[in-house]
Amino acid sequence: MAGKTSRDILIRGIRVLGYAIRDEPRIFAVAVGGSILYSLLIIASAYVVGAVVGNVVVPSLESGRADLAAVLLGAAALLAVSLGRVLGMFGRRIGAGFMQYRLQASYRRRITRRYLELPLSWHHRHATGTLLSNANSDVEAAWFPIAPLPFAVGTLVMLVAAMGSLFVTDWVLAMVGVAIFPALFALNVVYSRRMAPRQARAQQMRAEVSAIAHESFDGALVVKTMGQEARETARFAARAGELRDALISVGRLRGVFDPMLETLPSLGTLAVLLVGAARLNQGAVTITELVSVAFLFTVLAFPVRAIGWVLAELPRSVAGWDRLQSVLTATGEMPYGDTTLDRRDGRPATLVLDRVTFGYAPAEPPPATAPAEPGLATEEPETAARPIGVPPPTEPATAPTEPATAPTEPAPAEPPAPGSVPVLHDVSFTVPAGRTVALVGPTGSGKSTIVSLAVRLVDPDAGTVTLDEVDVRALTAASLAGTTALVAQVPFVFDDTIRENITLGRDGITDDDVWAALRLAEADGFVAALPDALDTMVGERGAALSGGQRQRLTLARALAGRPRLLVLDDATSAVDPRVEAAILAALRGERAESTDPAGPPESRASILVVAYRRATIALADEVVYVEHGRVVGRGTHATLLRTTPGYAALVTAYERAEAERERERERAYEDPATRRGEEVDA
Amino acid sequence: MSTTTAGAVPERAESAWGTFRRGLALSPELRTGLAGTLGLALVSMVGRAAVPVAIQQGIDRGLRAPGGPDLGVVGVVVAATAAVLVLTTICGYLMMRRLFTVSETALAGVRVRAFRHVHDLSMLHQQAERRGSLVSRVTSDVDQITQFLQWGGVILLINLGQVVVTTVVMAVYSWQLTLVVFGAFIPALAVIRIFQKRLAAAYGVVRQRLGAMLAAVSESVVGAPVIRAYGVAGRTAERLDRTIDAQRRAQQRAIRTSVISFSTGEIAAGLALAGVVVLGVRLGVDGTLGIGELTAFLFLVTLFIQPVQIATEVLNEAQNAVAGWRRVLDVLDVAPDVADPGEQGVDLPAGPIDIRFADVGYGYPGGPPVLVDVTVDIPAKTRVAVVGETGSGKTTFAKLLTRLMDPSAGAVLLSGVPLDRVRFGSLRSRVVMVPQDGFLFDSTVAENVRFGRPELTDDELALAFTELGLGDWVEGLPFGLATPVGERGEALSVGERQLVALARAYVADPDLLVLDEATSAVDPATEVRLQRTLDAVTRGRTTVAIAHRLSTAQAADEVIVVDRGRIVQRGPHEELVSDPQSVYGLLYASWLEQTR
Repeated sequence: MAGKTSRDILIRGIRVLGYAIRDEPRIFAVAVGGSILYSLLIIASAYVVGAVVGNVVVPSLESGRADLAAVLLGAAALLAVSLGRVLGMFGRRIGAGFMQYRLQASYRRRITRRYLELPLSWHHRHATGTLLSNANSDVEAAWFPIAPLPFAVGTLVMLVAAMGSLFVTDWVLAMVGVAIFPALFALNVVYSRRMAPRQARAQQMRAEVSAIAHESFDGALVVKTMGQEARETARFAARAGELRDALISVGRLRGVFDPMLETLPSLGTLAVLLVGAARLNQGAVTITELVSVAFLFTVLAFPVRAIGWVLAELPRSVAGWDRLQSVLTATGEMPYGDTTLDRRDGRPATLVLDRVTFGYAPAEPPPATAPAEPGLATEEPETAARPIGVPPPTEPATAPTEPATAPTEPAPAEPPAPGSVPVLHDVSFTVPAGRTVALVGPTGSGKSTIVSLAVRLVDPDAGTVTLDEVDVRALTAASLAGTTALVAQVPFVFDDTIRENITLGRDGITDDDVWAALRLAEADGFVAALPDALDTMVGERGAALSGGQRQRLTLARALAGRPRLLVLDDATSAVDPRVEAAILAALRGERAESTDPAGPPESRASILVVAYRRATIALADEVVYVEHGRVVGRGTHATLLRTTPGYAALVTAYERAEAERERERERAYEDPATRRGEEVDA
Repeated sequence: MSTTTAGAVPERAESAWGTFRRGLALSPELRTGLAGTLGLALVSMVGRAAVPVAIQQGIDRGLRAPGGPDLGVVGVVVAATAAVLVLTTICGYLMMRRLFTVSETALAGVRVRAFRHVHDLSMLHQQAERRGSLVSRVTSDVDQITQFLQWGGVILLINLGQVVVTTVVMAVYSWQLTLVVFGAFIPALAVIRIFQKRLAAAYGVVRQRLGAMLAAVSESVVGAPVIRAYGVAGRTAERLDRTIDAQRRAQQRAIRTSVISFSTGEIAAGLALAGVVVLGVRLGVDGTLGIGELTAFLFLVTLFIQPVQIATEVLNEAQNAVAGWRRVLDVLDVAPDVADPGEQGVDLPAGPIDIRFADVGYGYPGGPPVLVDVTVDIPAKTRVAVVGETGSGKTTFAKLLTRLMDPSAGAVLLSGVPLDRVRFGSLRSRVVMVPQDGFLFDSTVAENVRFGRPELTDDELALAFTELGLGDWVEGLPFGLATPVGERGEALSVGERQLVALARAYVADPDLLVLDEATSAVDPATEVRLQRTLDAVTRGRTTVAIAHRLSTAQAADEVIVVDRGRIVQRGPHEELVSDPQSVYGLLYASWLEQTR
């Protein structure tokens, strides 16, 4: 069984090498050409040495006088062989290196291209660290055997040539080769096969040790404040110990095989000496031939190892290749459509979410305990009954034919992983053109998911999201990006200049536009004060900026594109409320300026804003209140305060807390004895 | 921020030998059985010269014996050499086995010690931008040493030995020819050294480009939502391609240098062989050298070339390994500036904790003062809120209070004991802080809450959540307490992570609870509810809450207002708001504007 699987891996490994050769045939040809030249010259050098001994050294020493021409010819031949070997080495090493590096670069491009194409739902399921190692160490592992491959191919040619030359020289001496070469080859194969699983385990343990160190140092503050250094060290030490054992087991195997691989060719040389002496006695070989063959065994020992190197790396290569393939062949692409939205002179867009349902596929398999299904079926009839005050949405073309019996498991765009975690149920609301809608709800109610759907970072499992009555899935990437802009909860800043962070290379954004956007985001002041203003590099993840500055920068980025729908996901939490109010007011303020008496009142953009702050909510034309992934209230702030208790509880929490404290204080003042009872009542 | 250089681990300029000695002093276990290992290594090196000697003896005494070829002598020579080879093979195995066991065990010890040491360093050393490099101290730096030992170290040892042994044997056969060989190799070595330096620089560039490429990949992965939302995949792809190709070009430059360096050795070998033949024949004709000796010499030149070439390559790796070792040792040499007093320390007295700041000042190294002359007494069992603008120094106050840092002036006392005299075991079990960024480990909700108290059962955890009024929230999670939280807790929302962090601190049952904007991302209703339950469950303990929402201040027994590093106001909320022009009065007015 184990033998079969390792043979399986060998075959698959050779196939991966085949792909590499198919990708870079010309460089491979150069590398193998160089390698064969090198290998054949190694054999040649043995015969040259033999010839020099037999034809120059022996006659000269025996005759007592040196034939200068013959001596110089011998010396020149040795030098020529060396120069030829240098040539072969250049071809082999540079060829192999270039081939390996070109393959790495090409696959890194393919992998990262795929990261950009795959939808966010796919990204959600894969840890950042895994994706990084796919692009880095897995690519490296997949193409690692390329480095010794030309050498190994050259060595195989050399072994065949060496055997041939042995038989030509003397069949009895050739028998030594027949015994030694296959033994050497077999020893290498056995070594590689034994080594592969040990190396794999060491690699695995190395990754685990690294993962613990990363996590533990990331959480250093928690470790420190909870005084858990000893426990963390024990956790790390356990893995470091396993890594140590794995490395020792690798080392022991090396200890067994390396000296044997070293000794075997030497034994061959000795056998040649013994057998050769007999054959010399019989007159079957000359001293030249004897020395040549003995020399051959000495120089062959090292190159034969190259075959072992390739074989040893194949399992790792296959594992790396498989992981690359899992990215390259990942499905669930989120293709864009080919519809382009009319920009309508930059007038605001209308966003409609119609009966949207969404669930996240879990990143990890669920634990053994069965998940508590939150009674989807029983609540389903609500689908038909819309929440109070919700106008029926414009009937979209893709509306389910039987909304009242909408299936609990709608036909998804991609098959959801079993145990997908439901986040949104039947969410419907509209952001009318030019209006501001505030999205309010408790922690974990699904607000960020709604925001992701609105700008099509994810697609709904059921229901539709439309912009100006066009399903967002039908829009081109450029049209979608040109229409909407999202400012996320956690600002993301690229390691680039301020200007590039705002324009993101989008066409038609001039420096004046950049400054205008910065002004609107109230970021012009700090940017102007920076040493290189717009050309200032902000560092990795914007390390040179404060949290609030990063947030205002991402706001300016959104505004610079003159979006027709602006989506703010609690994007101003690190910004002074006054700044937030100014930004929203500025966006809405243009409504008055651009009013054409004949046309409808227009602001620059429709706005969907996730908010907790009363001040922000107050700026909205309408409030959508969500709880547990459902819209439970829509209307003005005043209406919701009256009709939706959850909303009222959320937005008046501070006032009520204060009032309660006030009451308690008064009671305590009037009658301290009643205080204890009060607690129970509350 | 001036802290980018402050607290950095110093890079030492030190010789490889110095690093080696320092490393050996730190890991004395490396000496275990060293004499035996070196002895075994010596035997296996001698074996390398056995074959050329056998050829010389076989030719001169056997094949070309004065009385015609003597097969018996050849047989004896071959048998004796074979015995030597078997012996050296066994010695080689024993040597490697001992070497790997000792060195890997020692390095695992270094790894664990460095890990613990990093945790013992203060916040200043652990700052986010340096975390990556700290991780590499206990991962790739140590890996570099072990990988070198596994691949290069033994090769280097044996090859250097082989060079010495072949040199000795060559010199015995003919000192003149030995000079020829050295004459060819010494200039070559000089050239190789120059190229090795260039090669080291070229590999430095490769590593740098690799770092840039990984940063670009990481940006494209972490920033995926932005890239998608703004439709800038094309631009990102171009950036990625640029860094990928830049790295490839650097790699190609490096390999070109490496091949030139390696071929120098090859040419030197050719020159040495040619020179040996020319001079050797002359010497032979003069009668100073036999045919067997000259032939053996040609073999010895090959045995000399290979290790020299390999050793020069491996020396490069050796430099990397030594550099890695040096970096690990440098971390271990950084004395923790906030150290556990250990045996000399005392435990905090039992019972509720009172706090005293006596003329406390603090400034980051090389930066302006953050706190100035802070003197404050907080009686036991009071609930205090510390408020102030961003950058006023209120978080520094919390860090000094929990001894994440030591003050640059003055002293912090808990229950009358100076904080730097309190044993960490006592301090960390009695004083717990909930930081703003509620970091979670990649495990379940239950495991994270259990972090400070591993012995708690699931039922006790569930009870804790119920006591905090978070029972509903836990039930709403897909798998309850067993819900996986993902990497850094990212499967939960920011607010939810804070709830778990709060529960984690709550079950740790401290006498002094310090909350550093611990509920900043939680919705107002939940926050108010938490506030009430916290009030109830922390009754009888001292609580210090660094607050950015003034609702916390309103509920506190007392408010401490920090402004530009100084305490400017102190007292209950009602008292402080009575002056609308005071710092607190203005903060409160702006708060009301946001929430009403």
